[in-house]
Amino acid sequence: MRDSDLRLVLPLGAIFAVCFAAPLAVLIALSFASDTTMRGLTLDHYVRFITDPFNYSILWNTLLLGVKATLLCLLFAYPIAWIANRARARWQAVLLFLVILPIMTSVVVRTFSWIVILGRQGLLNQVAMGLGLTAEPLRLLFTELGVVMVLAQVQMPLMVLPILTVMSKTDPNLADASRALGAGEWRTLWRVTLPLSLPGVIAGCILTYSASVTAFVTQTLIGGARLVYMPLHIYQQAIGANNWPFAAAISIIFMVAVLCVVALLNLLIRMTPANAER
Amino acid sequence: MPSASTPIDWESLSLRFTFAAITAVAIVFLVGPSLIVILTSLTASQSLRFPPDGLSLRWYAALLKADQMQQAAWTSLVVAGWTTFLCATLGTPAALAIFRSHRLWARLFDLLFMSPLLLPALAFGFAALVFIYQLGLRPSIPFLILGHVIVCVPFVLRTTLAALSQLDHALLDASASLGASGWMTFRRVTLPLIGRGVGAGSFLAFMASFDNVPVSLFLADERTEVLPIHLWQQIETNLDVRTAAVSGVIVVITLLLMLVAERFAGLTSQMR
Repeated sequence: MRDSDLRLVLPLGAIFAVCFAAPLAVLIALSFASDTTMRGLTLDHYVRFITDPFNYSILWNTLLLGVKATLLCLLFAYPIAWIANRARARWQAVLLFLVILPIMTSVVVRTFSWIVILGRQGLLNQVAMGLGLTAEPLRLLFTELGVVMVLAQVQMPLMVLPILTVMSKTDPNLADASRALGAGEWRTLWRVTLPLSLPGVIAGCILTYSASVTAFVTQTLIGGARLVYMPLHIYQQAIGANNWPFAAAISIIFMVAVLCVVALLNLLIRMTPANAER
Repeated sequence: MPSASTPIDWESLSLRFTFAAITAVAIVFLVGPSLIVILTSLTASQSLRFPPDGLSLRWYAALLKADQMQQAAWTSLVVAGWTTFLCATLGTPAALAIFRSHRLWARLFDLLFMSPLLLPALAFGFAALVFIYQLGLRPSIPFLILGHVIVCVPFVLRTTLAALSQLDHALLDASASLGASGWMTFRRVTLPLIGRGVGAGSFLAFMASFDNVPVSLFLADERTEVLPIHLWQQIETNLDVRTAAVSGVIVVITLLLMLVAERFAGLTSQMR
């Protein structure tokens, strides 16, 4: 090890120790404390979470919300990546630029634009009623369907970019060979291109999933006050109810749950055909 | 099945058509909302409707008098500016060291620095608030900036590491063998070669900081309100067209900044 290398990491390392590791350690300590002054040692907050069905239904709904948003995202992102991979460099840049646009625009702004679209008198309802598809305005805002749609839109680049990266590194001769051996395009996609791009798909799922479950602004503005997910639950307990130790406990539970899902997905990457032979 | 006798490969066409159609729908889905918010903000009436009732710039004119909003926007700019500066100056050397060293500590630091991207940011924001109170302090701008550095630095690290992996080692060796010092090599060879990566990462860090809600929610007090929180509260309490006008301004500025970043840092290629 060269000392100079370690010296280069140390400034950021020090900031992470003080501003990241230390706060998380304090959060863990607080979650086992009986009150905010950090006195006493108790498991009460964890017991309260486990014994109250309301609490773990929130956790379950949040984890499930991430799955739904990730799947919807994948449905659109895979074809986009496939098209982008075959497009000429110039068109690829244009396509990627459009894909990145939503995530660059302020989260509040992009959520706000969806309120204009999904509201009772919003664009979608006007179109649906104008076409005679529905007599009553549809309820889209403050529903989970609305949240899933907006999350999928916003996180799209997190899914497209990793898939495209893996696709562009895959030898195009493999797909050509499949076609030359008589497999059709769909079969080639299903048996060759898709399995080879799985590491990118899973990497995209990890990023999309962890961004979706923690998307506080989208969840609260599109979901409203009645659809409570974990970030809002933590916020309400911390700021609304001023119950810091309990808020700390549910923060820890939420973080561990998300990390478990991420770890599981990471394990899947190692099992994909592209990595299996190594 | 493709064969020599059929001139048109229907299967290939059907796949291309399906994927192109999905991509077209996705583009409407991705870009539509931004366009709609701009058009809505040009309304002449009091109500947020699409299509707008008449066109006018009155809500943009109203922004000039919105002192609170301007103050919040200025605070956000200052915080994002400092955050970007710190992310670039701390993240670039860290990425360099992580890239050069194949030791275990380098992998561990990499994992540590990337973890804010995967952990729920709101939980981190709350942890930071608890920590600050335990130290007997109160939330303030410097703490807010440090909190933003933690959640934004992964962007700089990612793009810089990607740029470094494209680097030709022979160039660095040549520089060293010609007698250049480590600093000289970095300044004259490495940095110009990875500059676009650092630039794209800094741009992403700036946007992420300017846009951050989960951390600012806990570390910004009433005095130091940042723009996204201000807008978030506006939308939750009274939805007015001024919010749409600010959104319009933000969308247009974002678009311009992205075009600049694309031109000078090759944003879309650096993000891959």
